[in-house]
Amino acid sequence: MKVDLPAVEHVAMLARIELREGEREGYAETLSSILAFFDRLKAVDTEGIPPTSHVLDLIDALREDRRAPSLDVDEALQNAPDRADRFYRVPKIMD
Amino acid sequence: MHLYGETIAGLHARLRRREVSAQEITRSVLDRIDSLNGLLNAYITVTPDEALAQAREADRRLASGNAPGPLCGVPVALKDLLATRGVRTTCGSRMLERFVPPYDGTVVRLLREAGAVLVGKTNMDEFAMGASNETSFFGPCRNPHDPERVAGGSSGGAACAVAADMCIAAVGTDTGGSIRQPAAYCGVVGFKPTYGRVSRFGLVAFASSLDQAGPITKDVTDAGLLLQVLCGYDPLDSTSVNLPVPDFSACLLDDARGLRFGIPREYLVEGMDAEVEAAFRQAGRTLEEAGAVPVEVSLPYTPYAIPVYYLIATAEASSNLARYDGVHYGYRAEGPFRNLREMFERTRAEGFGPEVKRRIMLGTYALSSGYYDAYYRKAQQVRTLIRRDFEEAFRHCDVVLAPASPTPAFRIAEKIHDPLQMYLLDIFTAPVNLAGLPGISVPCGRTRGGLPLGMQILGRPFDEGTVLRAAFAYEQRSGFARGGPPG
Repeated sequence: MKVDLPAVEHVAMLARIELREGEREGYAETLSSILAFFDRLKAVDTEGIPPTSHVLDLIDALREDRRAPSLDVDEALQNAPDRADRFYRVPKIMD
Repeated sequence: MHLYGETIAGLHARLRRREVSAQEITRSVLDRIDSLNGLLNAYITVTPDEALAQAREADRRLASGNAPGPLCGVPVALKDLLATRGVRTTCGSRMLERFVPPYDGTVVRLLREAGAVLVGKTNMDEFAMGASNETSFFGPCRNPHDPERVAGGSSGGAACAVAADMCIAAVGTDTGGSIRQPAAYCGVVGFKPTYGRVSRFGLVAFASSLDQAGPITKDVTDAGLLLQVLCGYDPLDSTSVNLPVPDFSACLLDDARGLRFGIPREYLVEGMDAEVEAAFRQAGRTLEEAGAVPVEVSLPYTPYAIPVYYLIATAEASSNLARYDGVHYGYRAEGPFRNLREMFERTRAEGFGPEVKRRIMLGTYALSSGYYDAYYRKAQQVRTLIRRDFEEAFRHCDVVLAPASPTPAFRIAEKIHDPLQMYLLDIFTAPVNLAGLPGISVPCGRTRGGLPLGMQILGRPFDEGTVLRAAFAYEQRSGFARGGPPG
């Protein structure tokens, strides 16, 4: 699969990664060559084969709905890059 | 022998006889780290004060004889993606350079309860994405057998620290080979347990359907001892499995009689490194001498394992790493920003290194509209076929043998500029994660140039015991027990 420059920009937008000068071409080239190798999967007949999302037979793991201690606000916020009082602070959301 | 050169089993006896103290052992290991870390870069963070305090506590418990715990007084290193309360946990990334977890992961809690002395956090590929430890924000870890070469990855620092006696044992994690391959490159033992055996709570997520923590040790006995501490059900991990954990020490028997080991036809491939192939064939003969019975098996979907692994792992990573947004914790780029989205995008562009961004891009692409069925879903279907390959093989044998890596440790900077070549190194390890199986890597020889080589022994799901039994019997005869520290 060939990944062109508009596709690189689209994926970077979805992934929320800012692209620098020259990076578009680099990604287009490496992603194209990696995906070209991955295209060998197309040769496998997977008609009727169920997908594996997980190796275990998982069922919902729900705990009992019971109050238990949790982190206090200061501990939870100790790694925040920016905070105000009991809140995370971020740049304005609307233009 | 210096105390730092000891094994867990060796120290266990000496501590209980009170011949040595936990503080003496810890000082010996800390001095060793001091003298070698500048060269090898195995640790990102060393915690001498905490370690010595834990050692004092261990000595108190040993003196009182009050249930000292199976690892009491034993210096253990942790890969730097296991959350440690109050000690920064970087994941080898600028993104988490100053992140200090407010809690312990379950594995860390279990080690503390067992009395272990935690000496520090080891170097790794950024977010565990790499096979050489070269993607670390903190620089590459070097191979103790040849510092011009890589230690392997992503748990390169942990394997290096064990091999160079900069700890007695370590805990790494393995998503596509990240315990077993660096263990092989450094000449030590690495064990990836069955998916679901060891809690992932407090393990920074890379690919959640594949990640699993496990021991890196100087020999098979220690792998069993450490595995015993790490395994068990944890309600904090929804994929933790509630099955009884056997007594692994009972599996450390020098008896492989009647054990059937499979050698996959597809693993003896044209173009494999000649010394790797020779050591691997010799390892099979050694197991035969121990009374085990060789069986030829086939894993026909092997050629598809790398595409399947890299599509699934990057898809899961792109989702897991979406949490690094510069808001809750971790790095945030310098403003001003026009809006929130610009802050996200610049933070992620600056906080992640090139390989992590490449994988996020690849995974995002594979999950994006129009490509989901062709790539992601297709990979999940072929994953089913790879699992069935192993199920069929295990109808004919009890364990499967495989090389740990197609090559010995390569030179730093030799492969880092060709991502696909680096990905192909996972050919013998990644299928094991896709199938969720337990697997150990044990030293199986050296190249003429003196570089260690490793062999994997793989087992059925939740049959770590048989893997240990085969590995122990092999180790007794191989002559490579204790791959040996440098110099």
